[in-house]
Amino acid sequence: MKTFIPVSIALALATPLSALAQALPVSPTEIQSIKQEIGAMRAAYEARLQALENRLLAAERTASATQTPGNPNAASAPAASTAPAAPVATSAGAANAFNPSMSLILSGGYTRTSRDPSSYNITGFQLPTGADAGPGSRGFSLAESELGLAANIDPWLRGAANIALHSDNTVSVEEAFVQTTSLGKGFSIKGGRFFSGIGYLNSQHAHTWDFVDNPLAYQALLGTQFGDDGVQIKWLAPTEQFIELGAELGRGRSFPGSDTSRNGAGMTALTLHTGGDIGESHNWRAGLSALNTKATDQALSMQDAFGRMVGNAFTGRSRVLVLDGVWKWAPNGNATRTSFKLQGEYVRSTRSGDLTYDTSGASVTDAYQATQSGWYLQGVYQFMPNWRVGVRTERLDAGRPDYGVNAASLNTSSYRPSKNTLMLDYSPSEFSRVRLQFAQDRSRAGLPDNQVFLQYQMSLGAHGAHSY
Amino acid sequence: MINRKTFMAMVASSLMLLAIPSQAALRVFACEPEWGALAQELGGSLVEVSVATSALQDPHQIQAKPSLIARARNADLVVCTGAELEIGWLPILLQQSGNAKIQNGQPGNFAAADYVRKLDIPTQLDRSQGDVHAAGNPHIQTDPRNIALVASALGARLQQIDAAHASQYAQRLTDFSQRWQQAIGRWSLQAAPLRGVAVVSQHKAFVYLYDWLGLKEVAVLEPKPGVEPTASHLQEVLISLKSKPARMTLYSAYQDAKPSEWLSRNAGVPAVKLAFTVGGTEGAKDLFSLFDDTVARLLAAGVKR
Repeated sequence: MKTFIPVSIALALATPLSALAQALPVSPTEIQSIKQEIGAMRAAYEARLQALENRLLAAERTASATQTPGNPNAASAPAASTAPAAPVATSAGAANAFNPSMSLILSGGYTRTSRDPSSYNITGFQLPTGADAGPGSRGFSLAESELGLAANIDPWLRGAANIALHSDNTVSVEEAFVQTTSLGKGFSIKGGRFFSGIGYLNSQHAHTWDFVDNPLAYQALLGTQFGDDGVQIKWLAPTEQFIELGAELGRGRSFPGSDTSRNGAGMTALTLHTGGDIGESHNWRAGLSALNTKATDQALSMQDAFGRMVGNAFTGRSRVLVLDGVWKWAPNGNATRTSFKLQGEYVRSTRSGDLTYDTSGASVTDAYQATQSGWYLQGVYQFMPNWRVGVRTERLDAGRPDYGVNAASLNTSSYRPSKNTLMLDYSPSEFSRVRLQFAQDRSRAGLPDNQVFLQYQMSLGAHGAHSY
Repeated sequence: MINRKTFMAMVASSLMLLAIPSQAALRVFACEPEWGALAQELGGSLVEVSVATSALQDPHQIQAKPSLIARARNADLVVCTGAELEIGWLPILLQQSGNAKIQNGQPGNFAAADYVRKLDIPTQLDRSQGDVHAAGNPHIQTDPRNIALVASALGARLQQIDAAHASQYAQRLTDFSQRWQQAIGRWSLQAAPLRGVAVVSQHKAFVYLYDWLGLKEVAVLEPKPGVEPTASHLQEVLISLKSKPARMTLYSAYQDAKPSEWLSRNAGVPAVKLAFTVGGTEGAKDLFSLFDDTVARLLAAGVKR
C-alpha cells in the first residue's frame, strides 16, 4: 500500500505526457506550416505596431504645435513621457544598471584633550579591552570612513552592507544584512549582522549622531554601540498610533556579550517603541528595550583600588534595560528654518557571574554581581538654516558592585562620572557638515578632561534616507 | 527595576490595543496635498485619504516620523510625486511599514511623475550643481495639464486595486476630467495676458507653471537648487534685473519669504506668494481653487501696471 501511492502518482504524471506524444505525430511538413503561420502573424503585428507608432508621432506633433507661444487656448496636455531616449545599452552597461546604490561617508578632524586619551577609563566601570571608549586619538586624525551598499535582491528581499574603514588601516563589517520587503501584515525580518534595535541611538550610524561621540552610558554599558550577528523580527501594529515590537536572537559576539563556540544563542533582545504626533508641530517616540547576553572569559580592563590598570575576566549573564525618548519640534512641521530635538536615554545594566581579578597577575576568581546605570539628556536647536547648536549632559552610576573576595582589590568608590558637552555645527548642504564640540569629561575621578573636537562629515553618492 | 513579567505585561497590553480598524474604504496615503486632493476627487467616499505633508512643509525635507510609518503600514495605496522628491524619507517609510502592498513595483505604489513629460532633466549629474534630481524637476503639480495626465493614470490604478468598484471610479474619472478640461480652458484664457511676462523664482519650483502659461524665468534666488539664497547671490540677481527687468518674484507658501521680500524692497519687483499646493493659501482649498487662486495672484501682480 505504501509503495502504491508514489507509483500511482508517477503513472498519473506519465500518462498525459505519453498521451500527448501519441496525439502529436508531427510531420516535417506540419512543422513547416506552423512556422509559416507564426511568421505571418509576426509580420502582421509588426505592421500594426508600426502604424500605431506613426499615429503616436503624428499626435505628438500636433500636440506640441498647439502649445506654441501665442496660443493662449493651449489646453491640450503635454505628451506623456515616452520612454526616455535611452542609449542603446551595451551588455556591460546593462549589467551595471543593477549595481547596488553606493554611498561613502568621509569623516575626520582635529582633537585636543587636556588628559592623555591613552589613560582613558571610567572610574568604577569595567570596559571591554579594545573598546572605542573615550575621545579617540589627539591631533589630526581620520575618523571612520563608511562605505554603504544597498539594493533590492529580488521581489521579496533587500540587502545592505556598511563597511567601516578605520584610521588604523583596518576594515570591519559594521552591518551586512538581508531584510524582507514583502511579508506584509506589518512584519519584517532581518538577518545577518546589524545594529540592535534597542534604545534610540543604538541603531543609528555614527554620521547621523548629533555629537562627535556616543554618550557615556553607551560607552560604559553597551560597548559604544551594540551590534550582533543574528535575526531580528519586527512587527508594526495596525493602529493609528505607532506601536512597533521587535525581537532579536543572536550570537552575542560583542560587549556586553562575548564570542564563544556555543551552538545556542548568546543574545536575546525585546524592543517596544511607540510614538506619534501632537498637532502639526510636534512629534515624539518613546521606547523600552531589554537585552540579555552571555559572556565567557570576557576580557575587561579597569583601574583597581591601587590605581593600576588591570585586566579582568567575566563569565556570566548581563541584562541591559534601555528607556529612550525623543521629541521633535518644528513650526508647522517645517524643519527647514528652525527646529528643536530633545532626546534622552536611561541605560541600566545588571551583570551576575564570576569575575577573575588581574588575569595576568594575582588571578583570583569569585562571584560577581553589579547593577550599574547611566543616562544622558540632550537638546539640539537649529536656530537658522544650516546652523545648529546642541547641549548634552550625562551621568553614570557605578552602583555598589559585589566583588566577593576581590572587594579589597577592586575600586568600590562612590564616584559618579559625569560629562557636559556643547556643540555647534554648520551644514552647507544636506551632504556636508562641519562641527565644533567642547566637552568636560569627568569620567576619571579627580581628573576632569577638557576636550575640543573639530570634525567634518561628508556624504558622497546615493542620497541616503535617514530614519527618525 | 523592570523585570521580565512587567515587560511582558507591557507587550501584552499593547497587543490588546489592536482593535483592527475595519473600514471598507480604500486607504490612500498621499505624500503631498495635491495628490491627496486628487485621490479624493477620484475616489469620493470609496477612499479614505491621509496626507503625509502639508503645504507649509518643504516636501524635500520631511522626516520618517512614527505617525507616518504607522499610516504607511495601513495603506492600500501610496500616491507620491516620485522623481526623487521624497528620496530622503519615503524609502524609510516603505522599509519600516512592513506593508507588502505599497512597495516599489507593486500596484499599491503610484508615482505621479511617471505619467508626465518632465522638464529640467539634468544633462550632468553632479552635486556641485546643488540638489538636482536625476529624473528631472519633480514639481509637476504646478501645471494643470499634468494633473489631468496623473488623474487618468490614478483613476486607472484605483480601478485596478479596488476592482469591485471599478465602474464607480471610471464614472468619477470621466466626470472629473470633463470639469478639469473646462477649467484648464478657463484658466488658460484668463492667464493669456501673462504670456511672455518675465519673472524671478525663489526656488526652481514653477518650471511646469511657466511652461504652461509661457512665463519667462529670468533669475532664481537660490544660487543652486536647494541652497539657501546668499547675500552675494541676491546682489547679483539685483544687478542682472537692471538689464533684464522682471514683473514679479514668485515663492512657495512653505518657503521663507525674506529673500523675495528683500528683492521686492530693493528692486521694486513685487513678491508673490503662490500656494504651490492645496492648502498653501486661504483660497487654495481644493485642486480647482488652487489654480483659481494661483492665476488670480499672478494676474494681480503681473498685469495691472
